[in-house]
Amino acid sequence: MKAIYKKELKSYFTSMMGYVYVAFVLLMVGIYFIAYNINGGYPLIGYSLSTVTFLFLILVPLLTMRALSEEQKNKTDQLLYTSPISIFQIVLGKYLALLTVFFIPILVICTFPLIMGRYGKLDYGMSYLAIFGFFLLGAAYIAVGLFISSITESQIIAGVISFSVLLVTYLITGISSFLSNTAITSLIAFTILTILLCLGYYIMTKNIILSVGLFIIAEGILFALYIGKKTIFEGGFAKVLNTLDLASASNNMIQNGILDISSIIYYLSVIGLFLFFTVQSIQKRRWS
Amino acid sequence: MIEVRELVKKYGEHLAVDHLSFQVEKGQIYGFLGPNGAGKSTTMNIMTGYLSATEGEVIINGYSIFDEPEKAKKCIGYLPEQPPLYMDMTPLEYLNFVAELKKIPNKEKDQMIADIMKLVKIVDVKDRLIKNLSKGYKQRVGLAQAIIGYPEIIILDEPTVGLDPKQIIEIRDLIKTLSEKHTVILSSHILSEISAICDYVMIISHGKLVASDTPDNLGKLMLGANVLEMTIKGQKDIINQIFAEIEGIKEIEFHDSAEKDCMNVIVKCAENVDIREEIFYKLSDKKCPIMMMKTSNMSLEEVFLELTTDTTSVKPEKKIGFFKKLNKKKELEDQSEEEQMIEEDLEEKSESEVVEKENEDEGNL
Repeated sequence: MKAIYKKELKSYFTSMMGYVYVAFVLLMVGIYFIAYNINGGYPLIGYSLSTVTFLFLILVPLLTMRALSEEQKNKTDQLLYTSPISIFQIVLGKYLALLTVFFIPILVICTFPLIMGRYGKLDYGMSYLAIFGFFLLGAAYIAVGLFISSITESQIIAGVISFSVLLVTYLITGISSFLSNTAITSLIAFTILTILLCLGYYIMTKNIILSVGLFIIAEGILFALYIGKKTIFEGGFAKVLNTLDLASASNNMIQNGILDISSIIYYLSVIGLFLFFTVQSIQKRRWS
Repeated sequence: MIEVRELVKKYGEHLAVDHLSFQVEKGQIYGFLGPNGAGKSTTMNIMTGYLSATEGEVIINGYSIFDEPEKAKKCIGYLPEQPPLYMDMTPLEYLNFVAELKKIPNKEKDQMIADIMKLVKIVDVKDRLIKNLSKGYKQRVGLAQAIIGYPEIIILDEPTVGLDPKQIIEIRDLIKTLSEKHTVILSSHILSEISAICDYVMIISHGKLVASDTPDNLGKLMLGANVLEMTIKGQKDIINQIFAEIEGIKEIEFHDSAEKDCMNVIVKCAENVDIREEIFYKLSDKKCPIMMMKTSNMSLEEVFLELTTDTTSVKPEKKIGFFKKLNKKKELEDQSEEEQMIEEDLEEKSESEVVEKENEDEGNL
């Protein structure tokens, strides 16, 4: 793992990528920092950070797109997967290297509250909590990007897909607000979702009995809930969709400076889940 | 040392490896031989743990590659068909990375890398970027990578592809040196290579093991007939008439020769019958001079063709004439020019009995 980590980190800084990334993040954060916090005199750094989070949609795919796809394309994955280390260690090494690159501008940003502190009273706890939230959000985005990089050989495709996925998660709250909030809409939406999942299951396993059986069980539960406890279906589908919104989970921490344990757990689970998916997608390629 | 049991690999409906079983013993050079797409690389990829198998087992030094991959992989050094190099590293950085990846202790690492670089002769280029190296050097860096950690088993997938004649001979010598301390398994679709360096040959076709023995034994295996190749000046009809009188000829083929007024004749005769003298006198009686005559036993190359075309659905190939077969083989092997150069190089060495060498179509050694 250490070998992969070192190699990966070095490769970001032997190419332009690492420097460009760090410079760009610092430039953008710097602009908003000067506008809001220095000139505007606003005491919360989280305010400028939250305006910058949309930048991740472009920057994270740029950072992660080559992580695993390039190895596949150059066939260097043959070296990695035939070495005496497990796939999880390889993925973890790569992820930690990405995280380190991502952490460099954060380190610089950590000095910003100190600058602000010279000109007035500042709650350092809130400021650093905002930076921590900013970091967690990026870490979750990177895990998603790493997974997408593992499913394709092409850097460009990985980059475009990562961007689209992150964009959808960014906009999902807005999209779900268009949906009607009645219970019946939610039921229909969940039914469609179940059909799609069972169809996907059938395509993968070619087992018609099991797929239909799963569908009947899932639908049974849905209807039972609908009849028994209709209220949970009101706006239920929108709620489910909103859990996909990675960005807003950090709002409490970044904008309001509140220590939000549930969103910390949320981000950690997203990271764990997508690292797991990455390992699985690599394993799957060995089997097909 | 290595035991492969009933290995099966399916790509969708396509059966790439079909119930393959074999064993590899210590301290020898094993050669995988087979036409392109026979399943050589797939088998090697499974043995090294890069791919998984649909069915079957691979046991390396007592460890299953599927159940205890990390222990099994420690015993193997692998050079895939395309060397897995990072283009923006120097060979030294790259080998350092590989050594760390293979968990070589720090205190042994530097010495080991220095020794291996000397062994594969890349000391001169150790500080240049890999992407700027020539193909031969890249191949050597790849080979160095496989040797790092001195694993007991070294698996090389077509190690000499795309190298120039001199480099091929150097790499072969290197492989021979390696076999003193390691078990080497290499694959190739070039027969001269296999017969030149391997102690043991496994011929694979359509994912199946069709033959496995020493190169000499394989040659004997198919030795059913003596073959005479001749270039004779004269009319086809007359020559045919003369040969009809000679006893012991099983089969005769005529082809146009590149030489003026000449015919290329291939005669297959029964084993242990020498008709060369008789042919000479009969032909000289009719004033048909022999421009070239040579005997050829079934070479490894023909054994290979016999065995690998047997299992295809295209049966008629067996009846194709000798020369056509050689041409066919050329297509089959998809030989690049360099390879051909080598083959011819080696031919010249090994065929001292050739009276006159004129026909480029002779590919057998």
